[in-house]
Amino acid sequence: MSKKKKNIINICLLAALFVVLFVLEQTLSGGSMLLTVLKKGAIYALIACSMNLLNGFTGLFSLGQAGFMLLGAYTYAIFTIPVEARADVYQYFDGGIIQFTLPVIVAIILAGIVAALFASLIGMPVLRLKSDYLAIATLGFAEIIRAFMMFEGLGPITNGSNLLKKFPTFSTILFPFAVAGVCIALIVMLINSSYGRAFKAIRDDEVAAEAMGVNLFKHKQTAFVISSFFAGIGGALLAMYQSTVQANAFKSAMTYEILLIVVIGGIGSITGSILASFLYIASSEWWLRFLDETAFIGSFQVPLLRSGFRMVVFSIIIMVIVLFYRQGIMGTREYSLDALLRFFKNLPAKIKSIGKKKKGEDAAASEEVQ
Amino acid sequence: MAKNVLKLENVTMQFGGVVAVNDLSLEVNEGEIIALIGPNGAGKTTAFNCITGVYEPTNGRISFNGETMLENCPHGKMKKLYAGTNAGKFTKVIRKTPDVITKMGIARTFQNIRLFKTMTVLENVLVACHMFVKTGVVFSMLGLGKKEEAAMRQQAMEYIRFMGLEDVADEIAANLPYGKQRHLEIARALAARPKLLLLDEPAAGMNPQETAELMELIRRIRDEFNLTVFMIEHHMDLVMGISDRIYVIDFGKQIAEGTPVEIQNNPAVIAAYLGEEEEA
Ligand SMILES: Nc1ncnc2c1ncn2[C@@H]1O[C@H](COP(=O)(O)OP(=O)(O)OP(=O)(O)O)[C@@H](O)[C@H]1O
Ligand SMILES: [Mg+2]
Repeated sequence: MSKKKKNIINICLLAALFVVLFVLEQTLSGGSMLLTVLKKGAIYALIACSMNLLNGFTGLFSLGQAGFMLLGAYTYAIFTIPVEARADVYQYFDGGIIQFTLPVIVAIILAGIVAALFASLIGMPVLRLKSDYLAIATLGFAEIIRAFMMFEGLGPITNGSNLLKKFPTFSTILFPFAVAGVCIALIVMLINSSYGRAFKAIRDDEVAAEAMGVNLFKHKQTAFVISSFFAGIGGALLAMYQSTVQANAFKSAMTYEILLIVVIGGIGSITGSILASFLYIASSEWWLRFLDETAFIGSFQVPLLRSGFRMVVFSIIIMVIVLFYRQGIMGTREYSLDALLRFFKNLPAKIKSIGKKKKGEDAAASEEVQ
Repeated sequence: MAKNVLKLENVTMQFGGVVAVNDLSLEVNEGEIIALIGPNGAGKTTAFNCITGVYEPTNGRISFNGETMLENCPHGKMKKLYAGTNAGKFTKVIRKTPDVITKMGIARTFQNIRLFKTMTVLENVLVACHMFVKTGVVFSMLGLGKKEEAAMRQQAMEYIRFMGLEDVADEIAANLPYGKQRHLEIARALAARPKLLLLDEPAAGMNPQETAELMELIRRIRDEFNLTVFMIEHHMDLVMGISDRIYVIDFGKQIAEGTPVEIQNNPAVIAAYLGEEEEA
């Protein structure tokens, strides 16, 4: 297949995805679980990719994602609440001091810029030190920024510990997909550029990278700032998805959740991060929900099923993945049309071979018994 | 008089109480092939690490094409601990980082091969080309660096071809046989377009025939790329066959300097190497 032909097929697949999304939205009710999962999955895919850029491709272990998302979410919310609604939202702060609104797209980009700005400030001292300090510094930053946002003195801007609400949300599911899609495409383009190679070189061997003329600080800073920029945009999208924002929701648990997605997908694979995001969100929000609800078969109450059990099952799944599939779903492989076609071509054979293997094992086992 | 490319003046490198390089002074002139030899642990690699800025020498000055790259005097904690000589000779503290030194025109290979293991042969070489990239990071992200990238790939392939690696250009570096990994180290260093090439034991682990080929290759590199070669090597056939001059160090200190013939007959050198054999 020629490269051109492949490109055309890929574009068609992408277009088909958007058509399917559009049809789903038209046919399913607004509260449909599938739509919810798709929306949140797209947002998490972007955030996971931004984290993978730093942790997977540049080899810098950062734990600040929730902090940068928080900055993005707040920036977006603060600048898009309609002027008429401000008196109500900022009811304890005389309507707040910001009395204008920005267009949604501008506010989303600003969300990224604010997060990037903070990243460059933190990066300046920390990225010159050994890499280990970055995890501690970013984790600390995320916690501090969360407390800072709830500080009543900043109330006229951040609304203190009160909710921010009434800002524009998604009018269609296509919106988060389009924004996340464009951002992920930019990340992929960066990774495939000369800069991306320099990032990977730093990950593989810092001393050798520096000896080949790669300015370590400059490149680490670039990766960190860009990663934070997209985390900020992800935060803005998350705000739109939730329709309200409160600093307290952006705990470090959120960062771990994203780290987990990156690990499940494969550290160093953008495709993996995207797949894992949808799988993770679908499992935690939907497929495993039933575990939290008491269920009856006739008058018999199914044991174990009660509130909180979902998290137990979830933890076990995660442990299994970390213990047995350390490579994650994709390892460091990426999507390509060829690989996809090969996968589907080999699928029947694979399923058959699994069946055969089972039979073979059974046979072996029965022989042993004899 | 040939032009002076690299100059070390009284360079001392002390780790805690260990003086790994002691008052080393040497000069490398344009177009020469110079060897640095000495028994195991003599401080040869440490000297290279000082030249390339990996370590900050405790005392001394290193200049490249007449420009001071590194200058240091014992300061801070080292002021009390310093066990070398010439403590008062240098006063300034100048330190360029390894990437800046590479950009100035010094590239190196590593004794304990340090390739980018997860990347392909071509990508390894492309990393060394990265410092010449003109497209900014934002433009690259928008996919506007395609033309430059194509030119870069072509250039990188030339170095790969020169080192005879074109068949394995798309292999992952870590999967190459040992000898090819050493060749890739050189290809990558050449892609940094150096004026001075530092080779740290390029023939390590090679058989006599490969070593002979390498000798030819090093000469070709010098002639074709118009550069100066400074190498550390243990294979005496290679060293004696190719070097214009040889520096010998033992316990960090220079014990001899001269042409291969002079070195072969130098009693101090023979003693140092015999001493090593007795120890071994
Ligand atoms: N980072 C370091 N910290 C402490 N000591 C070091 C360090 N690097 C080198 N040394 C010491 O300096 C001395 C010289 O080491 P170096 O690697 O320069 O020797 P070499 O001449 O390259 O030997 P070889 O032929 O085995 O490669 C050794 O005693 C070594 O232990
Ligand atoms: Mg050595």
